[in-house]
Amino acid sequence: MKGVNKTMINVGALTAKSKRLWDTSSMFIIFIILFIMLSLFVPYFLTVRNMIGLGLSVSMVGMVACTMLFCLASGDFDLSVENIVAFSGVTAAAVINSTGNVTLGIIIGMIAGGMIGLFNGLIIAKAGINALITTLAMSQIVRGLAFIVSGGQAQSIGNAGFFGLGNGLFLGVPNPIWITAICFVIFTVLIKSTTYGKNTLAIGGNQEAARLAGIHVDRIKIIIFTMQGFMAGFAGVVLASRMTSGQPNTSQGFSLDVISACVLGGVSLSGGVAPIMGAIVGVLIMGTVQNAMNLMNIPTFYQYIVRGAILLMAVMIDQFKQSNKKA
Amino acid sequence: MEQVLEFASVCKSFPGVQALSDISMQVCRGEVRGLIGENGAGKSTLLKVLSGAYQPTSGRITIAGKEREILSTRDGLEAGIAVIYQELYLVPEMTVAENLLLGHMPTRRSGLIDVQKMYDTAKAQLTYILEDIDPNTKIKELPIAQRQMIEIAKALLHNASIIAFDEPTSSLSDKETQRLFKIIAALRDEGKAIIYVSHRMEELFEVCDSVTVFRDGKTIETFREMAAVTPDMLVQRMVGRDIKDIYHYYARPIGEEVLKLEGFTGPGVPTPVSFSAKRGEILGFFGLVGAGRTELMKLLFGAEKKHTGRIHLNGKEVVINAPMDAIELGIAFLPEDRKNEGIIPIRSVEENINLSARRKHVKGKFFLDVRWEAQNALEFIKKLSIKTPSKDQLIMNLSGGNQQKVILARWLSEKTSIIVMDEPTRGIDVGTKNEIYSLMYKLTEEGKTILCVSSELPEIMGISDRVAVMRDGCIVDILQRDQLDKERILTLALPDRHKSTIHNSNERGE
Ligand SMILES: Nc1ncnc2c1ncn2[C@@H]1O[C@H](COP(=O)(O)OP(=O)(O)OP(=O)(O)O)[C@@H](O)[C@H]1O
Ligand SMILES: [Mg+2]
Repeated sequence: MKGVNKTMINVGALTAKSKRLWDTSSMFIIFIILFIMLSLFVPYFLTVRNMIGLGLSVSMVGMVACTMLFCLASGDFDLSVENIVAFSGVTAAAVINSTGNVTLGIIIGMIAGGMIGLFNGLIIAKAGINALITTLAMSQIVRGLAFIVSGGQAQSIGNAGFFGLGNGLFLGVPNPIWITAICFVIFTVLIKSTTYGKNTLAIGGNQEAARLAGIHVDRIKIIIFTMQGFMAGFAGVVLASRMTSGQPNTSQGFSLDVISACVLGGVSLSGGVAPIMGAIVGVLIMGTVQNAMNLMNIPTFYQYIVRGAILLMAVMIDQFKQSNKKA
Repeated sequence: MEQVLEFASVCKSFPGVQALSDISMQVCRGEVRGLIGENGAGKSTLLKVLSGAYQPTSGRITIAGKEREILSTRDGLEAGIAVIYQELYLVPEMTVAENLLLGHMPTRRSGLIDVQKMYDTAKAQLTYILEDIDPNTKIKELPIAQRQMIEIAKALLHNASIIAFDEPTSSLSDKETQRLFKIIAALRDEGKAIIYVSHRMEELFEVCDSVTVFRDGKTIETFREMAAVTPDMLVQRMVGRDIKDIYHYYARPIGEEVLKLEGFTGPGVPTPVSFSAKRGEILGFFGLVGAGRTELMKLLFGAEKKHTGRIHLNGKEVVINAPMDAIELGIAFLPEDRKNEGIIPIRSVEENINLSARRKHVKGKFFLDVRWEAQNALEFIKKLSIKTPSKDQLIMNLSGGNQQKVILARWLSEKTSIIVMDEPTRGIDVGTKNEIYSLMYKLTEEGKTILCVSSELPEIMGISDRVAVMRDGCIVDILQRDQLDKERILTLALPDRHKSTIHNSNERGE
């Protein structure tokens, strides 16, 4: 009897190990397989030019995914980031065009985003309104602001000094990719080794317990949304730089791209867990699929369907993992 | 007697944990079988295997002479099994009636819910458990004890032949407990087989016909006659050593007044309440459910907004508007409702322990001190003998009592001068209780003050230096240790209008 039990424990531990490996790196394995397949079968996929293009396209989602990760970890959503991207882009463009000062434009663009985030945070934390509803309402307002600031039209920017931010290279790699990489490093440290990260996870796991443990729940929520706003604002400025103009109707559907990338990487929508490595892989998978579809000339209409399907798949994977954990 | 339930060498393992390693026992019709064992011994796991919530890794379950595989809780229901779990599973936003009939709501021919029938069925069931609640009340408006009674009513609705209770009284006060015992006695007389899990020794001797001792996932011994056992024997079998006096109270030096509350009112505390506590003292709070003990503590801690009231700490007036204010002033609060207010289920044991105290152990105001985090967690896992495969195990995978210890560890990690404990030993086994009391005495000897709320009268009488008795949101009297007397405390705690209802229900039950 004893021997039987021993082996049973061992088998249990072994399957547990492989299960954990699958839990943490399933998406990474899928990404590697996907990448190899695409390299083999899609012409021009594995070229330096395409790789840089791919890096550029994921850099936007990647940056904002860093802060969205915190938002999701705390059990909330932010649907307004796509509109903040547009709003801060046109704001930066307007400031640069009227003052000629690039630095000022960048800073004001970011602050514009940060203010929206702060506002989101205040409403959610202080008035206790559901984040989904707050940011949904805010996204309408902000899109409206973007159109008002730009007069409804793309604002092309005259000052070429601004374009370096989004189009410049460092060691042969475009700046936005570097920026995204740095963001990921910073936010990995934040979530893993600071009280801020741990408290965010605690709030997502059980808000009332966190409050009774003396965690400043309101303050942390406000910080989360403000950072989210700043980051989206920054992404908006970088995008404006890349496009050499501020566009009021850019980035539609971007918020859900970011969220689906996070969920794809194993971030739970009910809060409390935030595997940042997973989020990186999620961002890469989303970007790679999009890039390959472009290379294969799949019409945009169909790309929407694929994007939706991926989001659905992501949520289903989340669900599957949750129910697996319970059993 | 006719045997209706048999477990034969039942085993259950989880990744890295052997929860049940050899369970064999039989239960008969009309028998109330007690289960007792240390935290994490596998009692709840066995009940979940019985109900179909878990599948056993090996072993056989025989019900009414037939070997059965219970693959889901639905199967369990069909096999005539009802389990009242340790944790509550009610939907707070739904009404009592809806919760009772969840999944089995009566419908009209049109397919719509038959609201009247649902109401009547719920009302009848509530009357059966002697609970006087409007079925249309939302669960979230009820205190935890009444929720527990609703959970029991729900389980009894399906006329099961095997009924298992997992620590049903841990959130009940004496009054409800007595009512529950009457219900259990009635069920036994109807010929049901009943399994009753509890850490409270007196209860086992009160309701059970026989008792089985668990240790480390095994059935150690079954005593067929309660007359043939003593509490000491059970404790000995359970923890493997003798515990003479579980409370082992001893007089300690008591200092000057450190905490003074004046004129406190707020939700659940309608009339102004004042009291004070001294350095090195354990001040017990006793009262029936709804007496306002938890509410008063929450006001003190700033978890609920008070309407009026002033707090003096060490002679100075202080302002407490939120939990963090209280914590900064050196006041800790161990909440009563472990599931909703205590644990962060999907985080590890380590993180749950360090949740609050870590802010005092950061590097550069911001960065985690990884060494301290691990050290502190390991220290308390050892000190409170928390049963977990590692400090990284998710707390939701721990047994109920071990979760409680983790939350206790969270507050013991704090350098506080006043510790408010709301039901600190709820669901904790005798051996560990004994250790926790020692720890409480030691803390007070270090100059801390403990306010301890408990619904267990023996516990309150056993460990308190003074006892504040509460009734209807007021402190009716504060008794010195030498004045403590069971009858006297109960008389004080019992509201006048209830004295007659208790009497009535007694008559009805007999
Ligand atoms: N879902 C799970 N995953 C992993 N381990 C588990 C799970 N459920 C229970 N365990 C482990 O199984 C063991 C037995 O737990 P169980 O809840 O049955 O104990 P118990 O006897 O009911 O204790 P208590 O008196 O504290 O309620 C414990 O070590 C616990 O950590
Ligand atoms: Mg249990």
